[in-house]
This record gives sequence, C-alpha cells and structure tokens, in this order.
Amino acid sequence: MNETPLRVVLAKLGLDGHDRGLKVVARMLRDGGMEVVYLGLRQTTDTIIDAVEQEDADVVGISMLNAGHLTLGPRMVEALADAGLDVPVVIGGIVPDEDRPAMAAAGVAGVLGPGASADEVVACVRAAADTRS
Amino acid sequence: MPGETRSIAELVAAARGSERRATARLLTLVERGGPPADEVAERAWSALGGRASSGATSDGGDGNGHRAHVIGLTGPPGAGKSTLVAAWTTRLVERGYRPAVLAVDPSSPLTGGAILGDRVRMAEATAAGVFIRSMATRGHAGGLALAVPGMVRVLDLAGFDPVIVETVGVGQVEVDVASTADTVLVVVTPGMGDAVQANKAGLLEVADVFAVNKSDRPDAADARRDLELMLDLSDLTGHGRAGTGTDTRPSIISTVATTGVGVDDLADATDAHLTAQVAAGALAGRREDRWRAEVRSHLDRLLLDASRSAIAGSLPASGAPGAVARSLSEGVADRLLGHRIPGDRTAGEPAGHEGGAAEGDR
Repeated sequence: MNETPLRVVLAKLGLDGHDRGLKVVARMLRDGGMEVVYLGLRQTTDTIIDAVEQEDADVVGISMLNAGHLTLGPRMVEALADAGLDVPVVIGGIVPDEDRPAMAAAGVAGVLGPGASADEVVACVRAAADTRS
Repeated sequence: MPGETRSIAELVAAARGSERRATARLLTLVERGGPPADEVAERAWSALGGRASSGATSDGGDGNGHRAHVIGLTGPPGAGKSTLVAAWTTRLVERGYRPAVLAVDPSSPLTGGAILGDRVRMAEATAAGVFIRSMATRGHAGGLALAVPGMVRVLDLAGFDPVIVETVGVGQVEVDVASTADTVLVVVTPGMGDAVQANKAGLLEVADVFAVNKSDRPDAADARRDLELMLDLSDLTGHGRAGTGTDTRPSIISTVATTGVGVDDLADATDAHLTAQVAAGALAGRREDRWRAEVRSHLDRLLLDASRSAIAGSLPASGAPGAVARSLSEGVADRLLGHRIPGDRTAGEPAGHEGGAAEGDR
C-alpha cells in the first residue's frame, strides 16, 4: 500500500515465435518488485491495447527478434496514442544500434538489447514509467 | 494514475455507462486501498442500491450492494482454470451475458512482484469482449479479502454479469475469497487423489458445482466416481452450508476446456444454481453472510492498523513472544480508547494509513 507496484504488460507483437527472452524479462521484472501481465506470443496492437486498458498498466514491453521493430515499434506507440492511452513502450530484443535514433524519434521510451542485466532491465522500465506526464 | 484527470464521482458515472477505462481506473483505486478506495466503495454501494444502515430500500440492487451473479472459481494449480474460464465466458457472451473475470495470482513474498499469466489462456475470451482484470495478492494481511469484494462491486456497477473471481485454490484466504460468492465452482482434474484425499481437502466442501476438467483423460471416470463417493457421504452428514437453504448436492460437470466439451453444461449448471437459490429464497442469506464477512475484513484492517501504529517503535529486542505481546497490548488498548477509529473520512485520516492515528474527539 505504501508503494504500489508498477504494472507492466509484456507481449510478443506480430509473428515471432521466440518467447524465451520475454520470459526471462518477465522474471527480472517480477524480481524487481513489478506486477507483470504476461500476454505471450502472437499479439496484435489491438490485443495489447485491450490488456493495457483493462489492466490499467503503467508500461508496455514488447519483444522483437524478427527485425520488425522499425515497423511495429512505431505502430504500437501510435496505436496507444490513438487509443488515448498515455503508456510508454519499451522494446527488447535485436535492435541494431543505428536503429536506436529512429526508435527514439518514433516515441519508443526505451530499447533493451542482448546482454542487458536484470538491473538495467528494471531501471529502463522504471525510467519509462517516469516519463509519463 | 497519469493522464487521469477525472474525479472519483466522474469515474463512477463513466463506469456506470460501461466505459472500460473508467472501470479499470476504479479497480486500481480499490486495489490500492486507503481513502480513495473507501470513496469508490461508498459510491458503488449507493449506485447499486445498497441499503444505508437505517434500512432504506433499493432499486435494481438487492440491498446488499449486488446486482450481478457473483461466481467464485477455484481449484489446484494446473487444473485448467484459466482455460476453462476462457471457454466458458466466451460461451456466456454467445448467450447474451456480459461476463467479467477477476483473476487473482500470488505475489512473490520476497520481492512483492508477480507474474500474472491468466491472459495467455484467455485470448479468445478477450476477443469476445470479456473484461479481464489480473490481480496480485500483494501480500498484505487481509488485503485480498478487503480488495476483492470492492472490485467485484465496481465490475457489477459497470454492468458486468456474471462477475467471476478466479483464485488458485491454495491457501485459506484464496479459498475464502472465492467461496464467498453466490455460486462456487471448484475445478478438479483426474489424478488428483483418491476419495480419502478428496475428503481431506477443505477446497471441496465449498463447491456448489464441480467441473472435472481434462475429462478426456483415461482416469476421468475414476475422478468422477471419487467425487460422487465423497458427495454420497455428504448426503448423510449434510452438504456445505447447513441452514442456508443451499445445502443441496453439488452437480458434477465433465469438461475439456481446450476443446469446449461440457462448457455448455457448465453454463447451465451455474445458472441453475442461481435460479435454485432464488427459488429457495437462499440468495439473500448468502449475500448477507458475504456482507458480514466484508464488514469483518474492514474491521480487522482498522484494528490491525491501530495496533501496528500503537506498537511502532516500542517493540523490545527480546522476550517471550506471548508475554511481549500482552504487555504491548496495553499500548494498543490505550491507543484504541484514546483515539477514535474513524468511521468516516471527515473525522480525520484513518488510523494507520500513513502511520499514526489522528487525534480523536473523545
């Protein structure tokens, strides 16, 4: 009651069957004291928005290992904004360094690559939550 | 709650108009507890036609702050509860109902975090329009018993019916929370033990309806027979809650959640249980029991907060635990006598919400 845990929706967006990374991140965030609403594989922007709305989530984390981040990352940010949801998006997975400026420009609040430590993952999600107006 | 500029009264009005976002925000407020939760609870109570203590009559509600059929669903981990709820609520939507699900999962006792995985199995139900809210137990004493009835009332307020509370059937609080519903559905699976085990488990006593899930397994007939045997014994000694008019033999439905087998029968059985209770005049009694339990939970919380804040800082470093508690209890008594436990928010900050009771008017 003193400090309400952050609520984070975690999903794989689009056609990408590799969810081990997402499961590791779920565990890291849980161990960081957060409540993870885990959606798993093959989600769409619509199903993620349903979950964010009903769960009153603070942050959305999506995992992209299929090089779809340039297309789907901005689309997720846009879809949330269109739905009137002020909820930051963090992308984890394989995002080449040269794509990071484009991600930031599209409004993605944070990018986590391979090798990020548990502390970095938790700090990145917390920082994203703090960007909300 | 960033981006939310509406007052609680405005959120309640929007939720009554079935706005999902407002409903979700109200659920968050109730879950967090404290004065905002009290305000939501009181507004929801009046909106649902709950009687004031003076006994005014209701409209639409039943006088105990309920319209919706509240169904508790519990069972051991891995029984297929979430998958069954998904198939069952999807069928309820097809039948014209507007179901909502409150899915409760445990928080980690070490970190306070939680992984809430029910939605993974419920994609079909979400697509059908079922409102699903995941909830972590958050560990604080009595918190679950306090928050869940309030959250059920918010979902009721938003026009959802039935409201389904799903808990893992491990731990007294989890079973209690599910078992204070209008109808209690217990999900079991083949291979969970013989008839003796079934008798031992307190979980089974609270059931109004059993679902034997995964009943395409070869030993499903055995599981069903074990349950029937247990119920035969209860035929002799009485079922469940004697004197409430609901002490009838629970029905047993065989289901296969992954294929939808038995899901129609399940929807029939929970409806039939509600109808039978209404016909027997038993529903009101059951809801009064629930109301009493809710008052007890609130009282427990007030007393707990008062005693914690009374002993804060005065705990000795050692001593026999019982004796230490007895000597501290004088301080608690002084605290309770010298300070008003606020019954309404206008009397001051509720004792212990931010530590320290407010000065009272005695």
